[in-house]
Amino acid sequence: MTEKPKVGVYICHCGINISSTVDVDAVAEFAQKLPNVKVARTYSYMCSDPGQVLIKKDIEEQGLNRIVVASCSPRMHEPTFRKAISEAGVNPYFLEMANIREQCSWVHEDIEEGTAKAEKLVSASVAKVRLLEALETKEVDAEPAALVIGAGIAGIQSALDIADAGFKVYLVEKTPSVGGRMAQLDKTFPTLDCSACILTPKMVDAASHPNIELLSYSEVEEIKGFVGNFDVRVRKKARYVDFDKCTGCGDCATECRVKDRFPSEFDQGMGKRSAIYLPFPQAVPAKYTIDPENCLYLSRGKCGKSPKCQDVCGAGAISFDQEDEFVEFKVGAVIVATGFDPFDASRKPEYGYDDYPNVITGMEMERLVSASGPTGGKVKIFNGEEEIEPKEVALIKCVGSRDTSVGNEYCSRVCCMYVAKQAHLIRDKLPDANIRIYYMDVRAFGKGFEEFYDRVRRENVRYIRGNPSEIFKRGNKLVVKVEDTLTSTPLEDEVDMVVLGVGLEPRADMRGVMDLLRLSQSPDGFFLEAHPKLRPVDTATDGVFLAGCAQGPKDIPDTVAQAKGAAASAMIPLARGKVTINAQVATVNEATCRGCSFCVSICPYTAIEMVTVNRFGNEVEVARVNEALCKGCGSCSAACLSDSIQPKSFRDSQILPQIAALGVLK
Amino acid sequence: MSANFEPNVVAFLCNWCSYAGADLAGTSRVNYPSNIQIIRVMCSGRVNPLYVMNALQQGADGVLVSGCHPGDCHYMEGNFYARRRLGMLKDLMEFVGVDPKRFHMSWVSASEGHKWKEVVEKTVEDAKEAGPFEGFRRRQIDW
Repeated sequence: MTEKPKVGVYICHCGINISSTVDVDAVAEFAQKLPNVKVARTYSYMCSDPGQVLIKKDIEEQGLNRIVVASCSPRMHEPTFRKAISEAGVNPYFLEMANIREQCSWVHEDIEEGTAKAEKLVSASVAKVRLLEALETKEVDAEPAALVIGAGIAGIQSALDIADAGFKVYLVEKTPSVGGRMAQLDKTFPTLDCSACILTPKMVDAASHPNIELLSYSEVEEIKGFVGNFDVRVRKKARYVDFDKCTGCGDCATECRVKDRFPSEFDQGMGKRSAIYLPFPQAVPAKYTIDPENCLYLSRGKCGKSPKCQDVCGAGAISFDQEDEFVEFKVGAVIVATGFDPFDASRKPEYGYDDYPNVITGMEMERLVSASGPTGGKVKIFNGEEEIEPKEVALIKCVGSRDTSVGNEYCSRVCCMYVAKQAHLIRDKLPDANIRIYYMDVRAFGKGFEEFYDRVRRENVRYIRGNPSEIFKRGNKLVVKVEDTLTSTPLEDEVDMVVLGVGLEPRADMRGVMDLLRLSQSPDGFFLEAHPKLRPVDTATDGVFLAGCAQGPKDIPDTVAQAKGAAASAMIPLARGKVTINAQVATVNEATCRGCSFCVSICPYTAIEMVTVNRFGNEVEVARVNEALCKGCGSCSAACLSDSIQPKSFRDSQILPQIAALGVLK
Repeated sequence: MSANFEPNVVAFLCNWCSYAGADLAGTSRVNYPSNIQIIRVMCSGRVNPLYVMNALQQGADGVLVSGCHPGDCHYMEGNFYARRRLGMLKDLMEFVGVDPKRFHMSWVSASEGHKWKEVVEKTVEDAKEAGPFEGFRRRQIDW
């Protein structure tokens, strides 16, 4: 530390991203004159190999011991440059980055302003870098296990990959069965594979894999700790059915006094279920669950003379006094695969979803065309009393997507294709029906999509370009009011049935997981990845990864690909068995600490404890930081009365000169 | 106060939300006044009230502290501490005769690039209105 700082300043052009708004040569010339600066250079791409070599060469030849890189955000390339300088023998924490791209060249247009600001930012970085201290990174053991939250196709795939690699996986699913949204689908575009046929084997694998502990009908209550060492607490909700005794025979549901009275969640409310139920016949685990709100015995305390389910259950599995259980375990990594919610069509009241039973959503259509669905796969509508086959069917795309009036600017990516697929399935079942699709654009971007779209059009499905403004009733018919924007013709199209191609939305209950893991949302409301291109499955929280639609709308192949990516990333700490812990932790100057313990009460991680030390012959209490627990937030420091506790790399003595360097150039 | 006075604003941003939000503003190429200089800290709870006063003393005409939305703190409760501390500081500033327009707090998440632009515009505009700060004796740290 006594070594005199010799600073090298490296200013990146970033192609023209920086150099078009910042005169990089002027900044270099300016930096050259700053105190302790030995060398200042510019280069077209500092992060590239030649850029890094430039820095390393200067370190070797000019004996630099502090480096400032003025380029993009430290959130982007700080690790890159830390690694580069440490390869050249400089402590990786002797680096400071000046963010002259995201927070300068990209937000200012005037080159003079941009250059002046870049100069300020560079001088603040030089001011700070000279005062940084060398830090040692430490390693701790990582628990060779993973937690996967959500057991749809994404969660199942991630869990299977990690388990196959030999690590323990805890797969937590909120609902009574694994399978998620994919289990509800009939066929999948564009190959028309039957969704159940490709999913159910995986569901069984996930439940029976020796390395997977499936916690269905469970919710994560608490996650503490950090990458490599998360302490997880899961609530296993009471099923009121003994999990080990239940054989899944279903006698209870047949005999239930309120048999088939309640809308089945799985059938989108179109089918009915009893108060004791299996969500769907292929559910995994095949164990029944009692819905406590609707069960007569659980909600009213009385069900005839005795509950019928109890009477008929040969295995004696019904257990009304069951209570929620808690399971605690430790994992090294977490994958969030919580999926999406379909857009709630009631939020587009002009389409009359709440008013007309023959206006249905895409998810409902999936159940309707499914052989295992409420109608056994027959497409039917209600015409007064009787059920008939529709003759005129309209499908509408982009319902709740690309629509700022409901706050969803994004494209849901799957609707173009699932609407085309549903048109095909309807054509299959109703060869004589007139089918038309109202669309804004057709986005058939994936493998085999365009070919499938073409095929559907050849099947006599009409594509009419126009975004319907209203659906209303005229006699027995639904009228779709729309303008055909290719011919500028206003239409009032009379149909029997309308399918709303609803989009995908962030889950309404995502808040819980967000708070558990300190995750952020992107502007569309889905979970935010660490970097949109280079770290698409990572999050800002180390050791926490994203898979599937939780991160943004995607189709099944993309979901599976991402789930495999998340599994591979999550396995890095598990396979390595060690994780590096944050070196930028708080430290106490025991000579000046007054022992007030304010910091102890403030620390959110209980990382600070009071210890007795001998100070010049007196026993005094001082604070001490447990470096494994400290996350380096620095809240303790702002509360310290004597400035004795300081986060490394963000000490008062490092930040105040940074402020000074900004003001000095006024 | 001259009409074309350009204030010098120092902003302290937490690494996880507001700094990322400011990065997003860059990625989205929104345009905002260049008189704001950002200092990155890990958490808004790290911002010692002294920093705000110190910035004013060292040449800033306005100061902004921005963190995660209350309840969204990456460190669970740091921004609550910031809110308490800096709220008190703001009262104190008014009491000692510093125009409270010189000091702003905001909550900008990692996805709010456009909100960040609005916050910067408001902070700079207010600092401009308040004029050059001459309330404290300027004492430059010799760095």
